[in-house]
Formats: sequence, structure tokens, C-alpha cells
Amino acid sequence: MKFEVFTPALLTAAALFTLPAQAQIEVQWWHSMVAVNGEWVNDLAKEFNASQKDYKVVPVFKGNYDESMTAAIAAFRAGNAPHILQVFEVGTATMMASKGAVVPVGQVMKDAGYKFDPGVYIPAVAGYYTAPNGQMLSFPFNSSTTVFYVNKDAFKSAGLDTTQLPTSWPEVALAAAKLKAAGHKCPFTTAWQGWTQLESFSAWHNVELATKRNGLAGLDARLVSNSPLHVRHIENLSNMAKQGLFVYKGRGNVPEASFVSGECAMITTSSGFYGNVKKNAKFAFGLAPLPHYPDVPGAPQNTVIGGASLWVMSGKKPAEYKGVATFFDFLSRPDVQSASHKRTGYLPITTAAYQLTEKSGFYKENPGADTAVNQMIRKTTDKSRGIRLGNYVQIRTIEDEELELVWGGKKTPKEALDSIVKRGNELLERFEKANKG
Amino acid sequence: MVERRPTLGLLAHAVLIIGVLIVAFPVYVAFVASTHTADTLIHSPMPLLPGAHFVDNYIGALQGGTMGSGSKAAVGQMMLVSLITALVIAIGKIAISLLSAFAIVYFRFPFRMLFFWSIFVTLMLPVEVRIGPTYKVVADLHMLNTYAGLTVPLIASATATFLFRQFFLTVPEELLEAARMDGAGPMRFFFDVLLPLSVTSMAALFVIQFIYGWNQYLWPLLVTTDESMYPVVIGIKRMIAGGETQTDWNLVMSTAILAMIPPTLVVMLMQKWFVKGLVDTEK
Amino acid sequence: MAAEKRVTLRSRWLPWVLLAPQGFVIVVFFFWPAGQALVQSLQQSDAFGTSVNWVGLENFRNLWNDETYLASFKTTAVFSILVAVLGLSLALMLAVFADRVARGSMFYRTFLILPYAVAPAVAGVLWLFLFSPSVGIVSYALGRMSVAWNPLLDAGDAMALVVMAAVWKQLSYNFLFFLAGLQSIPKSLIEAAAIDGARPWRRFWTIQFPLLSPTSFFLLVINVVYAFFDTFAIVDAATKGGPGKETAILVYKVYYDGFKALDLGGSAAQSVVLMVIVITLTVVQFRFVEKKVSY
Repeated sequence: MKFEVFTPALLTAAALFTLPAQAQIEVQWWHSMVAVNGEWVNDLAKEFNASQKDYKVVPVFKGNYDESMTAAIAAFRAGNAPHILQVFEVGTATMMASKGAVVPVGQVMKDAGYKFDPGVYIPAVAGYYTAPNGQMLSFPFNSSTTVFYVNKDAFKSAGLDTTQLPTSWPEVALAAAKLKAAGHKCPFTTAWQGWTQLESFSAWHNVELATKRNGLAGLDARLVSNSPLHVRHIENLSNMAKQGLFVYKGRGNVPEASFVSGECAMITTSSGFYGNVKKNAKFAFGLAPLPHYPDVPGAPQNTVIGGASLWVMSGKKPAEYKGVATFFDFLSRPDVQSASHKRTGYLPITTAAYQLTEKSGFYKENPGADTAVNQMIRKTTDKSRGIRLGNYVQIRTIEDEELELVWGGKKTPKEALDSIVKRGNELLERFEKANKG
Repeated sequence: MVERRPTLGLLAHAVLIIGVLIVAFPVYVAFVASTHTADTLIHSPMPLLPGAHFVDNYIGALQGGTMGSGSKAAVGQMMLVSLITALVIAIGKIAISLLSAFAIVYFRFPFRMLFFWSIFVTLMLPVEVRIGPTYKVVADLHMLNTYAGLTVPLIASATATFLFRQFFLTVPEELLEAARMDGAGPMRFFFDVLLPLSVTSMAALFVIQFIYGWNQYLWPLLVTTDESMYPVVIGIKRMIAGGETQTDWNLVMSTAILAMIPPTLVVMLMQKWFVKGLVDTEK
Repeated sequence: MAAEKRVTLRSRWLPWVLLAPQGFVIVVFFFWPAGQALVQSLQQSDAFGTSVNWVGLENFRNLWNDETYLASFKTTAVFSILVAVLGLSLALMLAVFADRVARGSMFYRTFLILPYAVAPAVAGVLWLFLFSPSVGIVSYALGRMSVAWNPLLDAGDAMALVVMAAVWKQLSYNFLFFLAGLQSIPKSLIEAAAIDGARPWRRFWTIQFPLLSPTSFFLLVINVVYAFFDTFAIVDAATKGGPGKETAILVYKVYYDGFKALDLGGSAAQSVVLMVIVITLTVVQFRFVEKKVSY
């Protein structure tokens, strides 16, 4: 009797307990996207959440890249790291070296049962975030690369041809001279000087910036950015600076303002700058690939990406990782990629997305918007796949400091580059030592 | 003033006006920037006179501007968080510092100077250096995403304790003797004599600590993962593009000006407490 | 310490109760985490702390061998002296005049204190709008007047820029406290002196300045601490320590290493050095300067 009532009740109770939880699994995503890109992040999450019921991605703005790194480190050490963390490209080595703190994306996808084919990704984009054994470590999210912007109206006023933009550094110098003669106070400038003039420059010319495939093959990589080619290039820029053809306008992206305002006629900087120029420039402008030296064999090869990728933190439950994998799968869809690319100017990460965008006529309507992609869609070589160095943030700063001394006339290019190599290698040694374990 | 000295008076005004022009110029620039379109601002040099877009920009700022259509934190909500944080921090700091300074100045007990120096040392380690371990303490105490977590760790203040110590040392000994002769105990002395005398110091500290609490950025960023607990400075910061996209400077500036209204009110109201001669009548 | 009360209160337990709230907060939220942070100066670890190595004094040795670190001692000294001296003297002058005028005092006071309310993040941006060689209004004006101004490449200009920015922030703060201090000087004293025939300049030095000395001492100590510790955000926004390392003050490197470069061991070691310096300076001030303060 009691049994009759008991067992069904027990069975029902058991059933209720073993039913999958109706509550959604939350996936915390810490990012550093501001302004309109912040809206893009929120919209992506909204779209994903609306498309399925099992998982809810919650994007949280955690300051700029330094701040969100610090927040993530503090949270990790306290036991409540987010699931997904957006980390900029120079932090890749740091993330990789923190064994136990991250789970490779390739692994997360595999464990969740998703077929993960690295071949669908654009080589130069995905290669940066891939381990030597081919496993993808982090998910490329917002990638940009170095391109060359030209103020076409300024060119016209100096009598320069606007249909054939300069493709080589000698041509840039010539154009700058003509611009100066026509009265332009700032013919050429550059933003992100370490990235554009040393790092991407190296890959574009298929020479190493550092040994061991620029660090991709091991922690014992050392800088070789004082090679004759590098010295030659910085000397050229230094001479241009002395003649007033190249005007230094600051670190990071600060110089970009001087292009938009019309002050500087040519600038090498990130492809992400495109949206800003399109919206705010009151002059006709053109995009061209990064200039190169035609006499260097193998140039132009491909450029190096900037931007950030998404890392997966360790210590979470398998069901939550499944949510992460589902979200990444969503982000990889060609239509989602294509829409993001069109909206933000960031590079599409799969060839399918690129083709989809091309089919839609986007590049016809926005001439120059495919320059960046074209620079990346080549087959990479061992010397151009990407850069991964420890203490990279500090190395970038050293590059800034030493180059400033060159532009200010306080050091010769050779001295500065030698100093970069010396100081940078000290840091690399320290990083290697600290992360042997 | 005490006597008529027109040239001195003229000099005073001249110096003050120049001072205001120099010191307040950046604030003026922010205000002007908040009345133009973003376009005008990017093309140097930016104009020095206000433009015509005051209403547009401020409405845009109040509605959340470019902080993300999906952003849960509208300006009003963030100002509320900032307000509560600022008030709790300011009042908390003043309260506990008054007590500590009182103890250190007016009592003799073992380790007295050790306490003073330990409080002082808290000024000497930048927050960023100890922020990781401090976060862990707060997380372990389950104070994340709470007002307690936002405020309590920031409440220790050497500045306030030090200032009150300075002030208490200037209070004439006769007052204490008189209170004792009246049979008043220490706390009675504290509440009836010291506190009223300290009003000016408290007012000055209140302004400083309120603004300090109001402008908190890094600590709230770490301690909250719920965007509805974000104070207003985070909101401003996330509108400023780091370099990959354009910033709507006009909206940034209008939000920044809005964010300065409560502190401005505090500054203006507090001046009531800068009452001269209070000490005169008490003595 | 020289300054003591003659008459004190007696109680066995009351002082402890009074100190308890602040004591609790600083032990739990300062000393405990600070201790952990400083222990890191003896370690080298990866950013996330998954592998930690004890290295003894190696972090300190690295600092000693780094010539740019040693050079920044001089940079810091120059910067701190300029900021403290300018910040205090200008604020004092403004406060004395603001105290004197009757008409418009609310206006002057409000607008001289207000800049303190500008959030640091916004202040950095405003400086860019003013002084950036590309889009800054002041740069533009200087250019029109043919004054060479390039803080990007000229060390002197860069130092001038960061000193100005640091002093600007601190002027409002100092002004506020000087004003508060001046308010508490009994009017009767000044009037008596005036009746005796003392002119304003004399009155200032014989009455106001001495009576202001507790506040002045407070501000001196606080300004020195400020110059050494709270100025990295300004340097980061204005010059990032450049050109080269010409404006990289000690605390900037602490912040940079701990925050951007994620070298927590190195950053902690530098913090220890910085703490020792400032504590020494503070003790010196208490021992020698406080003697001149009349309470």
C-alpha cells in the first residue's frame, strides 16, 4: 500500500531531479569594445541569445585591454574568471604561457563535438593564434592589419597622380617631396610605429623580426630587428624626417587625428581606421597596400594582424564550455562574419565570409575596403605567419621609445635598432625563464 | 575687508580672474565641445565659442548615447550608483577619521604613534599594485557586485585622519580643561566642542572625498560584473574609442559635463560651511 | 613627534574603540592585500599565477642594473619638486586673494575648486584637445605665434606638459584646503594688527602664514606623496613617459610594469623602493619641518 504511493512519488521526484535544468546556462564574456564596437558586441550576443534557448552570453565591458587583463587575472586568482576573455594580440604569449589558466579553442570545440577545420580560416589571420602543432589557441575576433591611406585631394593639389597611389617606399618619398614643395606641412606620418614600421614591415618583406619564426616556434626566440633591411628602412624614414617629409605625430593611434583633419596627407595605420576616415574626412581619400621595397625578394608577402582574439578560461563546467563552443560556432558563420566585417571594418576570418562579402558588392561600393583582406589572403611563410613574443607589451614600448629618439635626432637608426634588440632580448630571456615551468 | 586698499583689491581680482581662466579653461573647453557636432571637433583647431547643438547632445547623452543599444546602464542609473558610492565613501571616511584622529591626539596609550604611522602608510602603495589581492579579499568576503564592495575598501583615509590631527592640535587646551571642569566626559567633549569646531575641515574633506568617490573608475570596474552597478565614469570611458573606431566627442563631453553637475552642487553648497568667525564666537 | 597636547584624556578602553573602525578597514583591506602584493617582489610568476618561482632579491638586482630605472630617479626628483613648489605657491596666492575679496567670492571659489571634479579619464582627453601637436588649441595658438612646441620629441616641452597637468589638478585641491585654513583664522587678530598699522603684506607673514602652518604642513606632506604616487595617470595620458623615457617618473614604471606589462614581481619590487623613499621623506618632514609649525 505504502509502496504503491511511495514508488510513483519517488519516481516522480527522481524524474524532476534528473530533468535538465530549465535555467539557461550563462556564459560570461569580458570585452574591451567601446563606442560603436561596444554596440556591435552587444548585438552579437543578443542575436545569439535569441537564436537558441540553452545558453545566454552576457557581455561585460571591462575597460581597455590592460584593465580587462588585470580584472581577469584578479578574478582568476580569486576563482571567478569569466568564460571568454578578449585579449589583444600582444598578449598572446602571456596567455599561452599561463598553463592551466586557459583552454585552447580547438580543444573546446572538439570536446563539444564541433567539427573544427582550421582550413576554412584565412591563413594570416588564424595562423597568429595557432600553436606550432596546428591547434587553434584562441578565436580571432576583431582583427585588423596595416594599410596605407592617402589624401587624394592633397595629391591633386601637388600635381600627383591619384589613380596610381605609391606602392613602394621610394615612391612615397618622392610623393612626400612633391607635397612639401606644394606647401603641405606634413606629407607623411605613421601610427602604431612599432607595428607598422617594424613588425608588419618584416612580414610584408618576408624577413624575420625575431628568430624561431618570430617566436611561434619557441620561447627562446630573440629579436633580429636590426638587420640591414630594417636599418635601411629606419634610415630612410629618419632622412625623410630631417627633410620634413615625415612628421612624427605620436604613439599609438594618436596620429590618426592628423590625417582626418587634413593635416597629414599620407598615413600608415590600421585597417580599422577606415570607418573613421569614411565618416569624418572632408576630402577624397584612397586606400592602398602597405608600401614595400621592390628590390627585396619575396616582397610583398603578407602583413601581420593587430586587434584581439577570444580566449577561453579554465576551471568551468563542461556544460558551460559547450555553450562557449556553440557561441564560437555561431560567430564563425559566413553570414555573421560578413555582417560584422561590413559593419566594423574588421577582417573577416574565414574565406567563405570574404567571398560572401565580395558577392554582395560591398567592395564595389566601398573601394579600398578589400585592401586589407587582400594583404592577408595569401599563403603565409614561416617568417610571415605571425609574431608571438613574451613581454610583447614592453617590447612595443621599447620600440616607441627608441624610434622617438631617432626622430628627435638623438640616436642613429643603427644605435636605436641595436638598443631595441638588446633591451628586448633581456625581456625575452626573462620571460623564458619565468615560464619554463 | 579690513581697510580700503583699492589697488590691492584690484590686484586680487585680476589675479583671481587670471587664475580662474587658466584653471577652469579645460572645463570650459569641455563645455564648448559638448555643444558642437563631433565633426566640428575633429577638424582642428576646435572652436572656442559654444555651438548650437547643446540640446541635441545633452538629450543624446541622457539616453545613453553611443554606449551601446544593448547597454543596460543609462546615464541616470549610473549617476545613482555614483551618488550612493560617493556619499557612503565621503561620510564613512570623515566619520572614522574623526574618531581615529581624536584618539591619537587626545589620548595616551601604547602604540599610539604606531597607529598613526600605519594609517599614514596607506597612502604609500598605489591602488593598482595591490588591486589583485584586494579583489581577492573582497571576493572571499562575498562583497562583489555590492555597494559594500564598492565603498568599504576605499574608506580608510590617511588624508582625513592627518587633516583632523592637524586641526585638533590647534584647538586651545583651555577648551578641554573647561570641559573637564564642567564634568564632561571625553565623548561629550568630542560631540559638543570638537565637532562644531571642525565644521570647516569636514566641509573641505567632504568635497574632496565626495569627488574622489564620484570619480572612481578602476575599482568598480573590477569589483562588479553587473553593468547596472557601473558608476558614471565607466560609462564615459567606454564611449572613448581606444583607436579602432571614431569617438563621438560631443556626446562624451556632454556626458562628462552632466557627470560634473553633482560635484559642482556639492562644491557650491559646501561653501556655506566655510563660515568665518565660527572659531571666534566659540572662544 | 614635536607636536603634542599638554592636556590629555584618560581612558583605558576608549581609544581602542575609537580606532577600531579605521583599524579594521586598513588591516583587512590594506595591510593584508598589500602584504601579499609586496611578497610578490620576491617572486617571478606568469601573469595568472599558475607558476610561481621564488627568486629572492633578483627583482631588486634587475632594477639596480637597469640604467633607465636609475635615470628615472632624477626625472622623478625634478618633477616632484616642480609640482610641489608650483602647486603649493600658486594655490596659496590664489587662496589668500580669494579670502580677501568680498564680491564674487562664490564665483571664484567655485570655479577654482571645480576642476578637481573633472574625472581623470576626461581630464586626459581634455589635455589632448588643448596640447596635442595635431589638434590642440593651445598648440595651434603657439604655432601661430611661432613658438616651437613639440612635447612628442622635445624633452623639455614634455616635462613642462606633465608638470602643468599635474599642478593643474592639484591647484584646486590645495586651494580648497588653504581656503579652509584661512577661514579659521580669527578675524579679530587681523583687525587688531591692522589697527596697529600693519600693512597687508606684513599681516600675512606675521599672522596668517604662521596660523596657516598646520594646514601648510599637511599640504606639503600630501603634495609630496601626490607627486610621487598619484601622477601616473597624468603621465600616461599626456606623454606615456616619452619622448624616449624623458618623463617616465618612478611611479609610472610601477604602474606600467604591474598593469600593462604584467610583471607583478618587478612592479612590487619597485613599489617597495618607492615606499622606502617616500616614507623617508615623510619622516624627514615630520622631524624637521614640523618643528616650524605653530599649533
